[in-house]
Amino acid sequence: MNFDLTDEQQMIVDTTRKFVESEIVPAEEDLDPDAGSLEPHDFERLVAKTKEMGFYGLDIPAEYGGPGLDTTTRALMAIEMSQHRAGLYNPCYGVFGGAGLAQLYEATDAQKERWLYPTLRGEKKGCFALTEPSGGSDPARAVQTKGYKDGTEWVLNGSKLYISGADKADYALLFARTSDDPGRNGVTAFIVDTDSPGFFVRRVVHTLRATHYATELQFEDLRVPEDQILGEVNGGFAIANDRLSRQRIPYAAGCIGPAIKAQAMSIEWAKSRETFGSVLAEKQAIQWMLVDNEIDIRHARYCVLEAAQKADKGLRFRTEAAMAKLVATEAAGRVVDRCIQIHGGIGVTKDLPLERWYRELRIRRVGEGPSEVQKLIMARDIIGGSFK
Amino acid sequence: MGIRLEKNWEILNSTSIEALPGQLGVYQIADKDGQIISVGYAGAKEPFGIRSALEREILLHGNVATQFRYEFTSNYRSRWDELLMLHIYDYGELPEHQRNESSRVGRLHPI
Repeated sequence: MNFDLTDEQQMIVDTTRKFVESEIVPAEEDLDPDAGSLEPHDFERLVAKTKEMGFYGLDIPAEYGGPGLDTTTRALMAIEMSQHRAGLYNPCYGVFGGAGLAQLYEATDAQKERWLYPTLRGEKKGCFALTEPSGGSDPARAVQTKGYKDGTEWVLNGSKLYISGADKADYALLFARTSDDPGRNGVTAFIVDTDSPGFFVRRVVHTLRATHYATELQFEDLRVPEDQILGEVNGGFAIANDRLSRQRIPYAAGCIGPAIKAQAMSIEWAKSRETFGSVLAEKQAIQWMLVDNEIDIRHARYCVLEAAQKADKGLRFRTEAAMAKLVATEAAGRVVDRCIQIHGGIGVTKDLPLERWYRELRIRRVGEGPSEVQKLIMARDIIGGSFK
Repeated sequence: MGIRLEKNWEILNSTSIEALPGQLGVYQIADKDGQIISVGYAGAKEPFGIRSALEREILLHGNVATQFRYEFTSNYRSRWDELLMLHIYDYGELPEHQRNESSRVGRLHPI
């Protein structure tokens, strides 16, 4: 693996870093420490800037008008874009635009007209509704929302849990069991307008992440026309699984940004804060924490870039993506924990972003497949598929 | 636990506010008839948490605001959004001075 950046990648990294430092950090200074959005005038101003820069709609494929970034460059940008207080779950507050749900690129032309293109234009929002109260780590078996066919419609009943953005979404990509198969061959993906009769957002689920809350959904005789099935009947698990795999690389990369920023803050603090007659930086206990941080950060970065480069080369990257997800989420958590220790009392206050990163990073070890599931994926690849 | 803020109303004045700890949380302000005129939160920017937020509410709505109820929570942002959504569900729209939040607030259909 060659981890040297190309001239173009270096330019993109430098530009993104400058944008975060000069535009995002000042704009978030006066916001509540747990804020999840910019003031509307700042948001509009910065969206105009990213459009000028040619970076708007980062994840939109080139054939749909996006910048067509490869996975490595996208991961490098994710590392830069997350280096601010809200950066872990809301990198740059969304001013680089979204791509919508990646699965919609596989939709029919009529489905694209109705949901994908309005999403790319910023007119509609979608949410991904897979996890249920029965579990999220093993979605193929946990999906208990039931669908049966009635004429040209499907009727769905059941519930979903920990669904982000459903309360503000115009449509949901919703997975339901549509056959007697209890596993991966019995699940279908439906595109459902959230204002359909029978679609209910029942409550907000409060978590360690005080903004970007999750929700609980309930479906009561929710009728969905058959032309709103995404892909094939009973072929929904492959659609869900594809999303879970490809998400792991940017998800991992986004954890590294706060760790880098926390480490930079801690180095500055250690060089200036005096105790017992010398600065913290001269004390071995602090030096070792900073060194352990550096090891964690570099390890996570190498894992992410290795996975990204394999993906870009068209090689199998499932093990590498799982490893990147596990290493980056756990390493970043350790780094921020040490940084709080180095800062002492101020580290646990809302005056600094460390406490927010500490809370939110804990979720990253669970979300998008917990560490233990990543190990299961790697074990399958290393040992072989015989014990699936 | 119900998701609505269903605690008893307390009299809104400087004395009652002074008795509160300076913690973070959410609150509702109402007029003498119990009509809610503000749903707010006390975030970490407030020098004395919910005390500071309620003092500001008196300045803004002191002529009509006579009651308040509150809940301490470190999840004040998501709880605030939840209360705003509930308010829209129960009353059809947000309190008048908060209608600029409408485009940001989601939809909730509690059981």
